[in-house]
Amino acid sequence: MDTAATREKRDHAKPAKLGREVQARLGHQLRALYDEVVSQGVPPRFTELLNKLDDDSSKDKR
Amino acid sequence: MAINESVRKAVLGAVPSLRAFAISLCGNVDRADDLVQETLLRALANIDSFQPGTNMSAWLFTILRNHFRSEYRKRRREVEDSDGHYAETLKTQPEQHGQVEFREFREALAHLPADQREALILVGASGFSYEEAANICGCAVGTIKSRVNRARTRLIELLAIESADEFGPDEQTRAVLAGRRD
Repeated sequence: MDTAATREKRDHAKPAKLGREVQARLGHQLRALYDEVVSQGVPPRFTELLNKLDDDSSKDKR
Repeated sequence: MAINESVRKAVLGAVPSLRAFAISLCGNVDRADDLVQETLLRALANIDSFQPGTNMSAWLFTILRNHFRSEYRKRRREVEDSDGHYAETLKTQPEQHGQVEFREFREALAHLPADQREALILVGASGFSYEEAANICGCAVGTIKSRVNRARTRLIELLAIESADEFGPDEQTRAVLAGRRD
């Protein structure tokens, strides 16, 4: 029977538990989205940029 | 400028995460890559101000964030941008790099206020501590904590999640996350 007391107990117990599960799911999805970009690694333009900057500086020294 | 090997390694090592952060800030891959490039140029030009032994990645994130903020403010003045701009940007390029399955989550993320989204990404995805995130954003640790909490609460509201089983109405996302394909 759904008395006020049991209802209150249930409503108080549920959010905490769900809160953790929901937060875990949220974190998982956030990281999955982020990691999809991270897994693309370093696009060539950035390696080339550093190489170019380094080359320019060795030319300056000559 | 001569780039020593350890700096080069640390900088390139931070690039994948910098890109992910930049995309979360501006919602556009091409613009994000430009932002990362400008960040690297600034960082290397000021490498003397980097304190050896401190976190190179956090230092680069700080530069990227500050650069984005000042550019964004400038643009905002120029084009009278609205708060909805970020969300609009995402809508115009919804499946740019094969992220169909993340559409709903990204849209919800796009609706968060910028400072909340930024805090949530730094702590929840980039893996920075609250202290590091506070340093990157130039605010108090308590501010970061409250932004992260508000971001989580708002995301749950936006995704209308009432229980973990109902997380995201997007079945495909759950299938992908669970490692199965129906």
